[in-house]
Amino acid sequence: MRIEIIHEIASSLRNNKLRTALTGFAVSWGIFLLVTLLGAGNGLMNSFAGNMQNYISQSIEVEGWRTSKPYKGYKENRIIELDQKDVDYTDGPTWEGIIGDVSVSTGSTSADLALGDKTANGWLRGVMPGFEEHNKIQMSSGRFINREDLEQRRKVIVIASSHARELIPGNPDAVLGAWIAAGKIAYRVVGIYHTDESDFRRGCYIPYTTYKGIYDHSDKIDNISFTVDGPTTLQDHQAFEDAYTSVLKRNHDIAPDDSRGLWINNGYTRNLQMSEGNRILNIALWILGLLTLVSGIVGISNIMLITVKERTHEFGIRKAIGARPGAILKLIIAESIAITALFGYVGMFLGMVACQILDKTVGQSGVNIGMEEIHMLVNPTVGLDVALEATLLLIIAGTLAGAIPAWKASRVKPIEALRAD
Amino acid sequence: MALIELKDINKTYNNGQPLHVLKGINLNIEKGEFVSIMGASGSGKSTLLNILGILDNYDTGTYTLGGTLIKDLSEKQAADYRNHMIGFIFQSFNLISFKTAVENVELPLYYQGVPRRKRHEMAMEYLEKLGLTPWATHFPNEMSGGQKQRVAIARALITSPQIILADEPTGALDSKTSVEVMQLLKKLNEEEGITIIVVTHESGVANETDKIIHIKDGVIGQIEENTHHDAWGGPLMK
Repeated sequence: MRIEIIHEIASSLRNNKLRTALTGFAVSWGIFLLVTLLGAGNGLMNSFAGNMQNYISQSIEVEGWRTSKPYKGYKENRIIELDQKDVDYTDGPTWEGIIGDVSVSTGSTSADLALGDKTANGWLRGVMPGFEEHNKIQMSSGRFINREDLEQRRKVIVIASSHARELIPGNPDAVLGAWIAAGKIAYRVVGIYHTDESDFRRGCYIPYTTYKGIYDHSDKIDNISFTVDGPTTLQDHQAFEDAYTSVLKRNHDIAPDDSRGLWINNGYTRNLQMSEGNRILNIALWILGLLTLVSGIVGISNIMLITVKERTHEFGIRKAIGARPGAILKLIIAESIAITALFGYVGMFLGMVACQILDKTVGQSGVNIGMEEIHMLVNPTVGLDVALEATLLLIIAGTLAGAIPAWKASRVKPIEALRAD
Repeated sequence: MALIELKDINKTYNNGQPLHVLKGINLNIEKGEFVSIMGASGSGKSTLLNILGILDNYDTGTYTLGGTLIKDLSEKQAADYRNHMIGFIFQSFNLISFKTAVENVELPLYYQGVPRRKRHEMAMEYLEKLGLTPWATHFPNEMSGGQKQRVAIARALITSPQIILADEPTGALDSKTSVEVMQLLKKLNEEEGITIIVVTHESGVANETDKIIHIKDGVIGQIEENTHHDAWGGPLMK
């Protein structure tokens, strides 16, 4: 019976070429727009994610800032500096089980790097292991600062690959293991982290203890970064931040309601906000696409209605010779699904081609914003999941479009249908 | 028991003004009969045919076909009974225009769920019987009226129905072809014992059958045993 219905549909479509083409166009167009919109939307979201991934990581950073309110006899505009006490608090029992790895970094001493007659400029920062995780530093060779470096106050340094390219232009990897001068001190290069041509990062990382021993003897700390485990929603994070900073504010005599005394960069909430934004964009695109598709469905439904009217006589014949109402119903709905699916796939294919074209044109061009190049669209394509969803959608759409005409056709009385011409 | 038993069939159409079309029809038709129902337009003969063909329902009375009471059927049951018990031949052939001759003949078996190959074989057999083998893959618009009607007859026969209902089977044909079609029906009746009921308003056509049932104003009038129809040559079309 299955093959039969395909045969029936094929001959019916063949005999109504113009109608098939017109209906098909409406559906193709709807699906084409849906796929192209979703593809472009994905490209846009990938682009956000790509442009942001260097800066947003799964960690929270805290730094001292300037107060904006007078408090406890202090004037506003006071500079707040974090210190070891804050680190102990962060790493201490208060947040046991919630705050994970804690890392500290400090300093930004500018230093000219030199190897042989080549030089490069950069700045030094003392860091603890974990910093690379919290700041998404990707090693292109070697390793990052580790526990032993810290304990033994080793004179080791991790530089950017842009530095390496300037120090040994032909063979930047050869810098690894070499002793280079940073200002007046010699450091051994143990790692090179990845930066591309557009990257403006020039930081060179040395052990925190080494930095404190050479450049800064205070216990002041610029930046504490840590991972948290527990808060999942924006509200959770806000509550956590409030609880966490209340102690820091007390330590540093910052007014409890002063939002400027501490600077907090919460990568988790940024990610949450971004994925929320992506979700909304995605929903908006689906709605736009679906609305376009709806016009296609209404088109099919309309044309199917006319078809059913035109074919009333034929249905009368079929009924007279023994077609059950259900058989007629099935025939029309199957026909409707066949048209939607066939032309839907054409639209989907063209949409995917359009996405590829977008990828090859807009996707390849970037906009230079001075320090780096931003790609407007990154990989603007749709995945298999969207293709499957669209398939399901097409079947549902086809059924809906065929339902009313099919029901009408199955209800018509055979004698009336036979009389019709 | 007669093949067809109609007892006091009444039918009224209610389109604005009630129209009492059939006023107590009593009629028995035996298996193997070749009868015609004759009457002028408006006499109720088409309504009677529709009721016999389970295309329409009736208000009161009983209609028994082959021992089965045909009354208050669902559309689905009606479709199944039509499919298995009745073969239709129409004035305007009613072939499906985008199907070939053989596909048209196959269609009733399709609705019985007969497998494709079997169906095709049977359809080809019936087409051969009616001398239409060379036309099997032709579409209706590539055939003459007589050929189309023979395709329709093949389609009516393929399910081996209890009765063949022919509604003005020669109405759209010229006189020569009309004679051929009537001879064909007659032959099917005589050689295969198929019960055939022809509805017509033409006495020439009615004269080819064994029994002529006159219907007038919704009641059965005279039932005429036709004994002299063997004498071919009389004017078929008056």
